[in-house]
Amino acid sequence: MSIYINKDTKVLVQGITGSTALFHTKQMLEYGTKIVAGVTPGKAGTSVEGVPVFNTVLEAKNETGANVSVIYVPAPFAADAILEAVDAELDMVICITEHIPVLDMVNVKRYMEGKKTRLIGPNCPGVISADECKIGIMPGYIHTKGHVGVVSRSGTLTYEAVHQLTVEGIGQTTAVGIGGDPVNGTNFIDVLKEFEADPETYGVIMIGEIGGTAEEEAAEWIKANMTKPVVGFIGGQTAPPGKRMGHAGAIISGGKGTAKEKIKKMNECGIEVAPTPSVIGETFIRVIKEKGLYEKCKTH
Amino acid sequence: MNIHEYQGKEILRQYGVSVPSGRVAFSPEEAVKVAKELDSKVIVVKAQIHAGGRGKAGGVKIAKNLDEVRSYAKELLGKVLVTHQTGPEGKEVKRLYIEAGSDIKKEYYLSFLVDRATSRVTVMGSEEGGMDIEEVAEKNPEKIFKEVVDPVVGLTGFQARRLAFNMNIPNQLINKTANLMLGLYKAFTEKDASILEINPLAITGDNEVQALDAKFNFDSNSLYRHKDIVELRDFDEEDPKEIEASKYDLNYVTLDGNIGCMVNGAGLAMSTMDTISYYGGHPANFLDVGGGATAEKVTEAFKIILSDSNVKGIFVNIFGGIMKCDVIAEGVIVAAKEVGLNVPLVVRLEGTNVNLGKKLLNESGLNIVAADSMGDGAQKIVELVG
Repeated sequence: MSIYINKDTKVLVQGITGSTALFHTKQMLEYGTKIVAGVTPGKAGTSVEGVPVFNTVLEAKNETGANVSVIYVPAPFAADAILEAVDAELDMVICITEHIPVLDMVNVKRYMEGKKTRLIGPNCPGVISADECKIGIMPGYIHTKGHVGVVSRSGTLTYEAVHQLTVEGIGQTTAVGIGGDPVNGTNFIDVLKEFEADPETYGVIMIGEIGGTAEEEAAEWIKANMTKPVVGFIGGQTAPPGKRMGHAGAIISGGKGTAKEKIKKMNECGIEVAPTPSVIGETFIRVIKEKGLYEKCKTH
Repeated sequence: MNIHEYQGKEILRQYGVSVPSGRVAFSPEEAVKVAKELDSKVIVVKAQIHAGGRGKAGGVKIAKNLDEVRSYAKELLGKVLVTHQTGPEGKEVKRLYIEAGSDIKKEYYLSFLVDRATSRVTVMGSEEGGMDIEEVAEKNPEKIFKEVVDPVVGLTGFQARRLAFNMNIPNQLINKTANLMLGLYKAFTEKDASILEINPLAITGDNEVQALDAKFNFDSNSLYRHKDIVELRDFDEEDPKEIEASKYDLNYVTLDGNIGCMVNGAGLAMSTMDTISYYGGHPANFLDVGGGATAEKVTEAFKIILSDSNVKGIFVNIFGGIMKCDVIAEGVIVAAKEVGLNVPLVVRLEGTNVNLGKKLLNESGLNIVAADSMGDGAQKIVELVG
């Protein structure tokens, strides 16, 4: 089992004829992802890597039964691409694009209220259910099928954590990158709920970073609702206030959003936090050993 | 992106928001000329730097005649102001804003920002103006009022009035204040601001509602559609290395340590700094080369790190996803050969094309210390720098 996406997920690539999309469409197909359609306005009738291209998302969905879309459209047009996927009532839209203006996302979030589609991202590496379906830009080979869920605001830190688990023989169910922007579609709690409900997931790694209060809210939720062990990490422990650390959302402002506050809250809520990113895997293994879950998590 | 107060006020004027008359001046002579034209009993001479807390740091002077304007202008221009937001090194004053003094009856606080929790624009107001709002939030949180804006209709009249009433604005000025708020909201959204803070908002002796300060911060992701805002950028306010990095779309932030870092991905870059600090070292910078970097971009990034004379060692930490390890290796080799590498270099490569990357570095003839993991690499560079 896995969350959000699996071997039956039918994927549609928005902006499929762009260079980044071309490269990753190929990578995803090689991984075994079922890509059934691409959308680039004006390019209907052509095909990319054997995948048929359509003019609109609705048309692509009706013709192919696609239920999840991934967006590689440039930032000025990405918000519109999300709206199109929501209008077509896809189950999920995963937006890889970074640098989308925040007020565009404010409008997108408002438009999505009451609609069925879930948005992951923007500015995220995507979602992967090991050995089943890879949607996004993450390197596929570091993932192995298993029983750990990973949720993260940072792409490369997700790779770091997943790689450490795989090296130690601990596989994953699904890894979800929720993205580093201040206004995004899916938060930690949304993903944690899914992992808690997934019978194949035995433990979770949650990777946060400075800025905002999403980690604190997630910690409270975990304390109140989660039966499975969660190990955390927070990036930006030494970041100076007022400086934006790459991600639009990663900034300490007005004394809020510091790593120290987040780690304190997580510890209070019973979440062990790895002191450095190189020991996320090690810390997780120690915790699942204490809980008697190590043998169950070990990939045989 | 930040702009100066005088530029912010110019934008507010375009949106019908009342601000005192004034103009920018780059020299004492210009300051006097502007002051003459303003023809006001009291003239305020304000240092223009991209940081708050100027008043407390002595950057705002009240002049009663033209001689005082001249002497304050002389005093402030070229002075290094240290406020709680500039850091200990301070910022040199190169521009002044010369403004007609206002007869202030009461000061209020007003700000607009994008709130993460609600994913909406939020307006905050308080009758505790002129003070640091964080201080108010701590001591008198009940005195801060909020209105959350639905983007479909924008800030509505009733919300603006409700906020004004909550702020204890006098009854006869409620509509004037509400209109000012609507103008500010329009400016905020049309210019893609991420923060707009008016502190203080003032009610004057002749019952005007005026923005006495204007602190704008713009969403850098939206600058492509605001050429007029981009033109307001003041390069004097930015670190030269950060300016150079921005030309190549590199995310670079100068820090005060001596270990240069080159990393892909913002989260990994931040955590690399953390790991270096964990092992007792001090990072000289944050640098995210991004996902789609070319060898040329990597070369430029490496040159920027090497241009910092504080740098006594470099740690390259790459986990390739989109980023290919051989591209990083190529960029590092070219840069090291062009500018010469005379500090220790530790490289950790993982991910896409890792073997090819390692091979290139091994064959380059450069003196490179290889690391197995980021923890290992951080320890090695901290030891080498000493």
